[in-house]
Amino acid sequence: MSFLSDVYAGLFYFAAFVLVAGLTNKVIQYARTPAPLKIPTTPAPTTKTGVALRLTREVVFFESLFRGSKWTWIFGWMFHFGLFLVTLRHLRYFLDPVPMPIQLIQPFGIYGGIAMVIGLAGLWGRRFLVDRVRYITALSDHLILALLITIGLSGLMMRFVVHTDIMRVKQFFQGLYVGQVHVLPADPLLLLHLLLVALLMIIFPYSKLLHAPGLFFSPSRNQVDNPREQRHLAPWARRLEQD
Amino acid sequence: MAKADFKVPVLQQYPEIPEVEPGVMAHSSPYKSKPQFQAELGFPGELVDDWQKKAIDKMGDLLGRYRALRVYLDSCVKCGSCTDKCHYYLGTHDPKNMPVGRQDLMRKVYRRHFTLAGRLFPKLVGAEDLTEEVLGDWYSYYHQCSQCRRCSVFCPYGIDTAEISMAAREIMDHIGVGQKYCNEIIGKVYKIGNNLGLPGPALADTLEGLEEDVFDETGVEVKYPLDQEGAEILLVTPSADFFAEPHVDGLIGYGKVFHEAGVSWTLSSHASEAANFGMFIGSYENMRRVALRIREAAIKLGVKRIVFGECGHAWRVAYSFLNTLAGPWDFLDQRYPIPQHICEFTYGLIQAGKLNLDKSRNDDMVLTYHDSCNVARASRMGDRPGGQFDIPRAIIRATCNHYYDMDEETIRDRTFCCGGGGGLLTDDLMEVRVKGAQPRVEALNNVIQEKGVTHMAAICAICKSQFTKVLPYYGMDLDQIVSVHQLVSNALVLTGEETDDEDEAADEAA
Repeated sequence: MSFLSDVYAGLFYFAAFVLVAGLTNKVIQYARTPAPLKIPTTPAPTTKTGVALRLTREVVFFESLFRGSKWTWIFGWMFHFGLFLVTLRHLRYFLDPVPMPIQLIQPFGIYGGIAMVIGLAGLWGRRFLVDRVRYITALSDHLILALLITIGLSGLMMRFVVHTDIMRVKQFFQGLYVGQVHVLPADPLLLLHLLLVALLMIIFPYSKLLHAPGLFFSPSRNQVDNPREQRHLAPWARRLEQD
Repeated sequence: MAKADFKVPVLQQYPEIPEVEPGVMAHSSPYKSKPQFQAELGFPGELVDDWQKKAIDKMGDLLGRYRALRVYLDSCVKCGSCTDKCHYYLGTHDPKNMPVGRQDLMRKVYRRHFTLAGRLFPKLVGAEDLTEEVLGDWYSYYHQCSQCRRCSVFCPYGIDTAEISMAAREIMDHIGVGQKYCNEIIGKVYKIGNNLGLPGPALADTLEGLEEDVFDETGVEVKYPLDQEGAEILLVTPSADFFAEPHVDGLIGYGKVFHEAGVSWTLSSHASEAANFGMFIGSYENMRRVALRIREAAIKLGVKRIVFGECGHAWRVAYSFLNTLAGPWDFLDQRYPIPQHICEFTYGLIQAGKLNLDKSRNDDMVLTYHDSCNVARASRMGDRPGGQFDIPRAIIRATCNHYYDMDEETIRDRTFCCGGGGGLLTDDLMEVRVKGAQPRVEALNNVIQEKGVTHMAAICAICKSQFTKVLPYYGMDLDQIVSVHQLVSNALVLTGEETDDEDEAADEAA
């Protein structure tokens, strides 16, 4: 088992590196690319505080999606909020001691897991049932849904059907912090779950999962509506004025 | 009813989301620009030899200069929220007219050339090279987008297809594939000063005629000045206002409002056009060059304020971009918004009680109001977000007795484009214009049936021209579209105007 543990240790180091480096790279690229014109979708907030509120409503409640498509909103919000709870629940494997809020959230994490899988199933169903959504779906869209739903189901299976030795899992990840490889339990479900999570981390910066940082950099959502009050000029546009 | 060699959509009481019919609009594309029009704008005259490489290079250049393009091409998750929001999809049923379908035409090329996944696994992520066929799709479908931004309202990431269609047109222009309508018009602006190619003397003639008409009608000497140095206000208005119906009635209205306000104003023959088609073709350089005429005119005439007439995309460029493109405006009077919309100006006077408005003069009409897309979703009026919806409505309500809004789903920031915006207002795109107008005309038809509405007011030259042309295809009259300032003009009782009932009775008898 120690060979396999070594492989998983390497995999998670690699996945963490790709996720952090890839995302950092993307965020820097977004931040450094100028937005030469004021293009907020109006009516838009006229202050920075207003913009922060607008973005918060988008991130927390998916406001625009709610206006656009109620079914997608219900399933999409279930999935994301479920995933959020699940992530909080999982922090207990990565933090020692486990903070009180994380202890309290544990049962909700399980509901979150169930909500997440139902939400994903609903989103996947739309890709077959709605002809317009079927038309725009690529193979990669199916694969990402398959990946996420398998992660969710394998996790729920370990909670409800085939338990794994969770203390040894925690030991494994705690060991990775200090460069030690502890032996992982040789449970196929656990190994599948972890493999797919690593895969998700790796594809994150190279796929549509970039919508997460993308939202914060979207000029139609993050710009203040004040073009008459304040002159907005990109560096490359300023150079045109010097000619 | 106007004759059509295509099937005009049938208007429904309740909107239907159509099933996809792939490829039904692939045949629709506008006339290509001729070499002489291209050269005027700094673009190659015809398809360049190594066009594929040049196009990809240009895309790389734009990706580095426009954050929106980069973020929007990366972020789409194919959720489908936008798929039933575009009027061109609703009217044509072609899935490449769904906003995401239109975006994907560029996104697949972006993925192939600018992302790791697309380079390694093109099939998996739907990445494709820029083939001749793909270029054909670009030319066809990026000219079936009116850049109205309705999709961006409903996108969870605010992805605005307009940004992508502008970039696509900019790339195509750079490899010599331009659109005749837009590029020829921009050339006219450079050469003559306006989209319609009306030279200064013709403008002076027209304005003189308007002065006579207004005098005959009211007995008041309202002036329509041109190139008057030292005037306080420079009015920049779409050139359609100089002669087309119902636009010119709006221009008459602006003049009456200025007259009543007691401010001096002038038009400029140098900047005799508010429209800026540089935006439609996504060319910052051309948009800037067109905008700078206004700066030059303002400096030359020594005005203190700039006011824009009724024009949708012009107001977007004016409100959102003018400070960027042609500012800073430190030589103008800072107590007023720079620039100001004519509706803001008129609304201010109404608020101050300075206009004597007789609503009954518009009693022959039952009105509704069409929110123009660029005003609604890309600009503002007044101090508060949403002023662009409230101020024009407040003006209309102050000038008439009978007003009804169309269905809430089709107005304000959810308004449907007229179908002719974004550089599509040309006869070679008639089919897509008529079909794209369907959602708006359907909502209009419903208030006609239910509320007895007779006329629809608008504040955009393109909307007015488009409806004048397409309403007859739906069995309506071309004169059912009116200018907002036409209503103001009708209702406004000028100081010193002959308004004796006896006079009117005498006129009628005669």
